[in-house]
Amino acid sequence: MDRRGGGEMKKRYFILLVINILLFTLGSPISAVDKPPEKGGVLPAINLSIPKSPAEKSYLGLSGEGLFKIPQIKAKVVVVEIFSMYCPYCQKDAPGINELYHAVENNPDLKDKIKIIGIGAGNSPFEVGVFKKTYGIPFPLFGDKDFTVHKMVGEVRTPYFMVVKINEDGTHLIVHSQLGDYPGAGPFLERVLNTSGLK
Amino acid sequence: MPGAKSFQVTGSPLEGFAMGKRRFAHAVLVAGVLSVFIFGPLAHGLSEAFKENIYKVGILKPIDSVLKVKVGNKAPDFILPSISGEKISLSPYQGRKNVVLSFVPAAWTPVCSDQWPGYNIIQDIFNQNHSILLGITVDNIPTLFAWTHQMGKLWFPVLSDFWPHGAVAKKYGVLRSNGVSERALFVIDKKGIIRYIDVHDINKRPPLEELVNALEKINR
Repeated sequence: MDRRGGGEMKKRYFILLVINILLFTLGSPISAVDKPPEKGGVLPAINLSIPKSPAEKSYLGLSGEGLFKIPQIKAKVVVVEIFSMYCPYCQKDAPGINELYHAVENNPDLKDKIKIIGIGAGNSPFEVGVFKKTYGIPFPLFGDKDFTVHKMVGEVRTPYFMVVKINEDGTHLIVHSQLGDYPGAGPFLERVLNTSGLK
Repeated sequence: MPGAKSFQVTGSPLEGFAMGKRRFAHAVLVAGVLSVFIFGPLAHGLSEAFKENIYKVGILKPIDSVLKVKVGNKAPDFILPSISGEKISLSPYQGRKNVVLSFVPAAWTPVCSDQWPGYNIIQDIFNQNHSILLGITVDNIPTLFAWTHQMGKLWFPVLSDFWPHGAVAKKYGVLRSNGVSERALFVIDKKGIIRYIDVHDINKRPPLEELVNALEKINR
């Protein structure tokens, strides 16, 4: 083989390398992370759709259309539940999390400070709607049909809870996280208040 | 064909080396393409209800059987034992209820464990559409009993197609070559006619809306 042939071969290898890198990066736009967000960390850059319902929009303090990030929610603390309508524990805990919502909403000191949202891992908007209707869930739920958010949060088992403290300057911090083991509205609210410093 | 030369033993050593490198380069490209599908976005959720008891099966061939029935056919009848101890067959539902057969591949596996618990909270949708759900796997009764116990109390019968192994799955053409069934849904109307079939990619859960749409369609 002459030198020109060798150069041609190198060029070909380089092209193949570039193609492979592109396949890896573009083929899997969302790579799963190894572990879920935990206490002391920050949330990944999760984009959620601004709810269409005026009541939910108002609850979250959002306006307009398009996407938002969790720290944009108008609150001091956001409780995020990663759930699935197909998850027996999420089903079992649903009434207790509704109780948490009502405990917060019925307390004038907490009403505007704590908000709750749910993200349905692998659930289509229809499936999220079924879950919401079945359990009469009063806070906003978001679909995650293609597991995009689920991969960003380390493919956690469900339900997974994160308590996110939002600072005045727009920064945020996860002050508590837990897999399952929901202790009921009262003890969980205590946990939220203690870890976020609202108490 | 230039690539074929690399298999010839008569070429010069240098030529053989160059061809070997070329084959290697092609192999790298093929591996790169395959990796996107193998390690690509095939995720599933998993409830904490099953703790660490779920066996990871990896990514499987999406469909590995050939259907023996089609929409418009009379649904083949069967009789199978259920975890409640009853024997269940299809024919008594004729003239009374539409029937949804939900074949899932195996107990204690990821996607299957996150499918029936969802159906368990939509009994109202089945009722509104005059339908009953029959869950079927090729597992034996004790395994099915233990597995479904983790899902809470199921409102629908769970049937074991264990012996003769996978006979009903085979009759419908959804028995895979390794002896488990496909992840498949059949909607059978009150006349016993198959009205909807979804032999789904075994690695993914069928979207609920598609099943509900099929049920609503036959009730219009």
